[in-house]
Amino acid sequence: MLEKLNEIEKAALESLAAIADEAALEAWRVANVGRSSPVMSVFSQMGALSKEERPLVGQRANQVKLALEAAFAEKQSALKQAALQQSLASERLDISLPGRPLRAGGLHPATQNLRRILAILAEMGFQVYTSREVESDEYNFQLLNIPPYHPAREMQDTFYIDTGASDEAERQVLRTHTSPGQIRAMRQFSAENPENPPEIRIALPGMVYRFEQITARSEVQFNQVEGLVVGKNITFGDLKGTLAEFVRRMFGRGAKTRFRASYFPFTEPSAEMDVECFVCGGKGCGVCKKSGWLEILGCGMVHPVVLQNGGYDPQKYTGFAFGMGPERQLMLRHKIEDIRYIWGNDLRFLEQFG
Amino acid sequence: MKLPISWINEFVDIKDLPVVEVARLLTSAGLEIDDIRFAGLPLPERDDHGFKVSGIAWEREKLVVAEIRAVEPHPNADRLTLCELFDGETVHSVLTGAPNLYPFKGQGKLPKPLKVAYAKEGATIYDGHAEGLVLTTLKRAKIRGVDSYSMVCSEKELGISDEHEGIIFLDDDAPAGMPLADYMGDAVLEISILPNQARNTSVLGIARELAALTGRALKKPTYELATSGAALTGLVKLEISTPELNPRFMLGLIRNVEIAPSPAWVQRRLRLCGIRAINNVVDATNYTMLEIGEPLHAFDYDVLAARTSGGKVVISTRAARPGEKLTTLDGVERNLTENNVLVCDARGALSLAGVMGGAESEVTASSHSILLEAAAWNFINIRKTANQHNLPSEASYRFSRGIHPALAEAGLKRCLYWMAQWSGGQIAPGIVDNYPLPPQPASVEICPSDIRRALGIEIPLEKVKDMLERLEFTCAWPPTSPDVGDSTSGDVGLRVTAPPIRLDIGAGVIGVADVMEEIARLYGYDNIPETRLADPLPPQRGNPALEAENRVRDSLARLGLQEIITYRMTAPEAENKLLPPGAPRPSLEYVTLANPIAPEKRVLRRSVLASALAIAEKNARQRESLALYEIGAVYIPQGKDLPLEPRRLAIVLNGKRYPAAWDAKVGVKLDFYDLKGILEALMTSLHLGVTYAPAEHPAFHPGKCAAALLGSTPLGVFGELHPQVAENYGFNTPLLAADFDLEAILAALPGGYPIEPVSEYPPILEDIAVIVDEALPADRVEALIRQTGGKLLESARLFDVFRGEQLGAGKKSLAYALVYRSPEGTLTDKDAAGIRSRIIKRLERELDAKLRG
Ligand SMILES: [Zn+2]
Repeated sequence: MLEKLNEIEKAALESLAAIADEAALEAWRVANVGRSSPVMSVFSQMGALSKEERPLVGQRANQVKLALEAAFAEKQSALKQAALQQSLASERLDISLPGRPLRAGGLHPATQNLRRILAILAEMGFQVYTSREVESDEYNFQLLNIPPYHPAREMQDTFYIDTGASDEAERQVLRTHTSPGQIRAMRQFSAENPENPPEIRIALPGMVYRFEQITARSEVQFNQVEGLVVGKNITFGDLKGTLAEFVRRMFGRGAKTRFRASYFPFTEPSAEMDVECFVCGGKGCGVCKKSGWLEILGCGMVHPVVLQNGGYDPQKYTGFAFGMGPERQLMLRHKIEDIRYIWGNDLRFLEQFG
Repeated sequence: MKLPISWINEFVDIKDLPVVEVARLLTSAGLEIDDIRFAGLPLPERDDHGFKVSGIAWEREKLVVAEIRAVEPHPNADRLTLCELFDGETVHSVLTGAPNLYPFKGQGKLPKPLKVAYAKEGATIYDGHAEGLVLTTLKRAKIRGVDSYSMVCSEKELGISDEHEGIIFLDDDAPAGMPLADYMGDAVLEISILPNQARNTSVLGIARELAALTGRALKKPTYELATSGAALTGLVKLEISTPELNPRFMLGLIRNVEIAPSPAWVQRRLRLCGIRAINNVVDATNYTMLEIGEPLHAFDYDVLAARTSGGKVVISTRAARPGEKLTTLDGVERNLTENNVLVCDARGALSLAGVMGGAESEVTASSHSILLEAAAWNFINIRKTANQHNLPSEASYRFSRGIHPALAEAGLKRCLYWMAQWSGGQIAPGIVDNYPLPPQPASVEICPSDIRRALGIEIPLEKVKDMLERLEFTCAWPPTSPDVGDSTSGDVGLRVTAPPIRLDIGAGVIGVADVMEEIARLYGYDNIPETRLADPLPPQRGNPALEAENRVRDSLARLGLQEIITYRMTAPEAENKLLPPGAPRPSLEYVTLANPIAPEKRVLRRSVLASALAIAEKNARQRESLALYEIGAVYIPQGKDLPLEPRRLAIVLNGKRYPAAWDAKVGVKLDFYDLKGILEALMTSLHLGVTYAPAEHPAFHPGKCAAALLGSTPLGVFGELHPQVAENYGFNTPLLAADFDLEAILAALPGGYPIEPVSEYPPILEDIAVIVDEALPADRVEALIRQTGGKLLESARLFDVFRGEQLGAGKKSLAYALVYRSPEGTLTDKDAAGIRSRIIKRLERELDAKLRG
């Protein structure tokens, strides 16, 4: 009997070794460790054995059964592994095929850029103050120290609103700058405490309008961001320090600035701030028109007349203001040659900004 | 304004400064140099100077002054001449085709040699025959059998002007052999003059600035004139009717002038400045204007005398009368208005004051006596007049900025001086001066504390005095205790008075700011140290309106929409494209521009949607699907009051629902429910519980239009646009649009919102399908399910809408996936069955629904 068991084991293991697929393995399992397999029939024939033989045969039969089961498990695992390997090998993707496109939305580049500027200013303590776009001549010009027929009016070609008003001082205009917001903010804040108005540190973003033909270089509408600081100890040195810091945040720590005298009716002293060209590093290139510098913003100490008109006593308060064109910066940064792209809203243009 | 550096150098010695350094000094002081054009002087060696430069340097060895001693005909060409030319060392035979040499041809040895600019072999100059500026180097060649290796130059060839009709003649005293660069090498600065710098619209003004900036001496011209003949005072009378319009009027007379071309150097300078040379009298007025800054006007005195038939010439100034006409010297008959000021004699108008002279009294080749006008005018009036007649002139450019009346005297005398020099005339004694309204000199007190307060630096008053005096301010010394402010502070004040060349210095605190600018300019903006704000941080207010607007922007971008920003200017007919043909036009009021740039941009928009649709139309060919939104103001006129500017939100969808991929070419089009899904997601992100109701709007498909409501407040309409409206924008597929009142949305935003806990217990999932009438809105079924399910019904999602014969006509089946779950424990099937049966009962009872088997 023991001899038979050895044969059973040997024969089973031999046939197992030849098996190469799951179906054959299952058949082998039924045949070799199933209920009616040779080894199992040994167990059913135990009754016919002698008392002495019984434990020996039983023990050996058990050994063979376990060995066959173990061999089966091993084979099964080996077959699965082989099958997996085969299937992995056959499932090779062309990873160079494009991914499935999503409909991705996005913000207009002007919005993205405006936010970037305002975020930097916000970290510097400048709160956003917004005001209306159709303005009175008074707010857009007169209160900003630009009386009717002042030569400075020629610096800003203006759209006028047809209201039927004949008196020029009563005219409505499309604001030519966000500066009327300076007066509105100062008047609002000074009204809170006329005797001792609060300090101001605001950013004034928004669309402004100039009477221009629309060309690659000029637009009828564009955003402006102005800043206004009013307090009891504000100096021209503060203006320089604050704007230089802003520029380093905007264009990089190494950005160099230069201030030169200029003229704006609502500031005095007035200055233009140039930033060393970030395209050529100041060596001169097409972007900076070979000058090495980019005109980035106009600024100055708030004119006493403007402070007065805002309800701030120019004997007690000083301040500075600055203004810049975000779209111009956008164009410089991305080497956009034609300003008409900005409001053209061609998706092929917009989508490049992500 | 273009000025040659050689001229500036006559008033302040800056020969030792490189041209770009002069440009840098001026630019930093507010006189921005737009361009430097070199005409002879060496160009900067390095190119990191920060200026746009053009032009050429003249090689000292190869470009020299020479003299032509004889002009002979060319043996083989009629149009060419051969010049016998001496270059200071050698005599050459030089070939030229210059027409201005023809008159001298074949005369043999000229009695007076012609001084010319001579380019030797190998010299680099501009090609006179080329279009534009092309450099060329002179090479030896044979022209019609004659050896040629050098040439006499035109202005174009030397980069002085565009003039190439003939060669340059130099003045007779030009020394042959002298390098041309030394004789007349120059560089022209193109300077932008800011509106407050009227005083600097001249060579003298720029020289004064440079003197002040460099601490060098300003060499002011002198005005001593030799006079002869009868005094002018007995010959003319001056009447000023409105001093506010004409604060000063001066006249001078010069007799026996010989009208001729000006000296060569004068013509050359004028051309370098961009002004045409006319004759020695007219050139003197222009030259003086450029030099001193005072525009002048020359009348033919004999014409005026003839008009009065020998009587006294009475010159008067007055506003024009309505309907009055004047032919200006450009030959145009001008219709005048009372805004224009005229210079008249007894017979009528002579000139448009400060802007342009009249034709009749113009100086001509036969003029003998010149009556010279120097006056001051109201700058606003000049501005109005120049604009009205579209006559921007060198005179109005200056007068419209406010020229100080004191300049009239300097200008008149300097001009008479030049006229006498160049035309051989005799200046009559006596200058007639009517000065009814001299401006009050502005005077302010500057304390060290003012400087500290404005600029943040300490500058001793001695230094302030020195700086301001360089700009010709008068400073009282020593400083005195201040008129105003704290006398115990130990502060002292410097009393400074503005010079009689400028009208831009105010009084009081304004004057202090005006003077502070001058101090800062001369001190140098770059020398003021950068400081950090020491002032307290003001109250932080935020801008909730903008922050909320940005939340909407971000939500829509996240939902796959692209933001656009369009023009605010449009036309009513463009917005009418929002209506199908034949629909009644609402009579909308528009904010209308008085000066539109184009008819299609003549009003401010009332609809953001119309702008967005126009952009959709533009992009339709670029993309298979469009999903755009815009947030922006519309403008509602309020009569004489400023218009309202409420913000609106517009959305446009069109095209394929899914972007095409290489393995899935799905052509499903975006429809109403895509748009509604976006709006629902938007409202969810804003935490607004919005309901939707069928709506009617002429722009929309009558059956595919809905209103979004917050309680009873309408937030906007949306849906599929009317097919004829879609067609207006070139679409023949469903065009989805939303037009929302952003102000209403933002006004409703909750300040905060609670977050519900999420249950850890297992859910029971179940589907139910009910058959209802076709006309029953689906949201009523869902609302009833939710209401009945109560807290234990976590969600109810419609997953199928089915119509079919087996349901019967006019019926539809709505299938919902229900999720039951309790936050407190595991629900049993029995719990769920109870809720389910309550839901079904109510649906049957209240909506006449039938459970679908
Ligand atoms: Zn550059």
